[in-house]
Amino acid sequence: METVFSVTTAAVVSQFFVGLSRAMILFIVTAGLSFVLGVLRVPNIAHGSLYMIGAFCAFSVAKLFGGGSTGFWLGLILSPLIVALISLIAERALFCHLYQREHLMLLLFTFALSLILGDLVKLVWGAEYRSIMAPKTLQGFVSVWGSSFPRYNLFLLILGPLVAIGLWFFTNKTKLGKIARAAAVDREMVGAVGINVSWVFAFAFVFGCFFAGLGGALVAPTGTIALGMDHHLIIEAFLIVTIGGLGNMWGAMVGSLIFGLTQAFGVLFWPQFAIVFPYTAVVIVLIWRPRGILKSVW
Amino acid sequence: MQNSALNVKGLWPSLLTLVLLILFPIILPQFYVYILAVIFVTALLAMSLNLLVGFGGLFQFHHAAFYGVGAYTFALTVTKAGWPIWLCFLVSPFAAALAGFLIGWFCVRLTSLYFGMLQISLGSLLWAIAFRWYSLTKGDDGIHSIPIPGFITSKTSAYYFILFFFVICLVVMYRIYKSPFGVTLQAIRDNPARCSAVGINVRRHQLTAIVIATFFAGVAGVLFVILEQSVFPDLLFWVLSLEIFIMCLLGGWFTFTGPILGAAITVSLRTFVGIYTEYWTLILGVILILLIFFLPEGVMGFFAQKFGRGRNKSTAPAREQHAES
Repeated sequence: METVFSVTTAAVVSQFFVGLSRAMILFIVTAGLSFVLGVLRVPNIAHGSLYMIGAFCAFSVAKLFGGGSTGFWLGLILSPLIVALISLIAERALFCHLYQREHLMLLLFTFALSLILGDLVKLVWGAEYRSIMAPKTLQGFVSVWGSSFPRYNLFLLILGPLVAIGLWFFTNKTKLGKIARAAAVDREMVGAVGINVSWVFAFAFVFGCFFAGLGGALVAPTGTIALGMDHHLIIEAFLIVTIGGLGNMWGAMVGSLIFGLTQAFGVLFWPQFAIVFPYTAVVIVLIWRPRGILKSVW
Repeated sequence: MQNSALNVKGLWPSLLTLVLLILFPIILPQFYVYILAVIFVTALLAMSLNLLVGFGGLFQFHHAAFYGVGAYTFALTVTKAGWPIWLCFLVSPFAAALAGFLIGWFCVRLTSLYFGMLQISLGSLLWAIAFRWYSLTKGDDGIHSIPIPGFITSKTSAYYFILFFFVICLVVMYRIYKSPFGVTLQAIRDNPARCSAVGINVRRHQLTAIVIATFFAGVAGVLFVILEQSVFPDLLFWVLSLEIFIMCLLGGWFTFTGPILGAAITVSLRTFVGIYTEYWTLILGVILILLIFFLPEGVMGFFAQKFGRGRNKSTAPAREQHAES
């Protein structure tokens, strides 16, 4: 393989923005995972499958409305809701009966759920590769410091911080968010003051899974939608929430930035082993700070 | 079951099973013999993992990495280095143990989920080498038709070869499990703080356990190559690690033989349900959920409790410990 490093400033800037926009999608997905981890203390393996379902739903909704702009925007709104509905059913029918069990059993349950959801996706959508187009307004390129940059990625760069601010506002300023945060710290106390902890957990689970669906719908126009995208995402997502600090929303942001940027620059500097860079970053972070960069709620 | 190695009466079922397993290739069709061999290899891998998960209480999340290291070392030493075959047999498990030592050395500094996550990222680096270093490992194509000695090329002789090493490893693992070291390890699982207070070096014991377990994973990797004569990067992928982790939980992670059952169930499901429908993981998922609801101690744990034999005295405190962490 020919590896000529003609690393120009334009290429660095371009890869920087590619990494940033990838980080924003990762952030939206991992913020949800981190929220579930924080409140329920369960590493939700099914999160990746829900992300995949989000992407496939976005495809179906877009197709239903003729593949135009309306289809995309409706998909962006509907698919997180569909994913939230699926997670609500799973939580109320099965998961809520298991909260008293030991941790590894909960992990096993979410794994079983991911197996079932993964096969259901195969059953409903088949094994073909799918793709959707971004709406007209987000197609094309903009020029940033001499390098052209997809408009859709710019949209992601705006949306990511908006979601972060919204989440911060929700967990810090609304009553429901405060209850969820309190349940993360001391669930017995929350129950003792007369709040139905079971429903708080249900809400937290569904709320977290909503972001998996949103991330899936957002990632749909940037690449192919296929079976197996859940496997690649979920491991990245777990590593991100761990290095950021379990259950910490800003930690998910920091972790996503580290992961997205190291991956993007890895592609630039050593394409063959680009995949090694983010993992190395995780190893360095965990050896340097064994409990993640920011404070974990565990 | 616990004292079967000492108790002659308790040894009977094991001996009977062994005789049956030796006779199987004579009565069963070739295909089933092959499936049995796959089960032995998978079971050995799952048991080596259970040494850490069930008895060590460690979140060994990327055990397949060491299985892959064993398999790849064997494949590479046979095809590239051209060493005598017995040397390759010998070197590969030690290579896996060395990888286990290096990765474990970093991991034992961390606890619970952090331990698991660090191991996943370190193990994924090994996977990336197997997946991307085309000139050495042929990347995602893998290495196929690896030459192995003539006396184990047929499926039946490979079966006997694998059975032989499987039984040896099983006995050795049982001795380790019963040894003072094994008991200390279980004590560390149940209460690490108290163990370190009475002067046990917790980290060193855990690291030793990791080295031992990864050695057996390496043996399983070599046996896999003997059976399939090929290696590919999926052997080191974390999905396989998760699968064997699930086998331990499925079979009963506080019992010695549970992982064998877990491996047997998973492999048979994949093989026999896979014939009828491509949606066998859906069925596996449903079975897992039923199991979580009705047999929380795993299949073998359930039987052990029901028949009052082999009940693990340390089960109860261990569960509390895990619930806390």
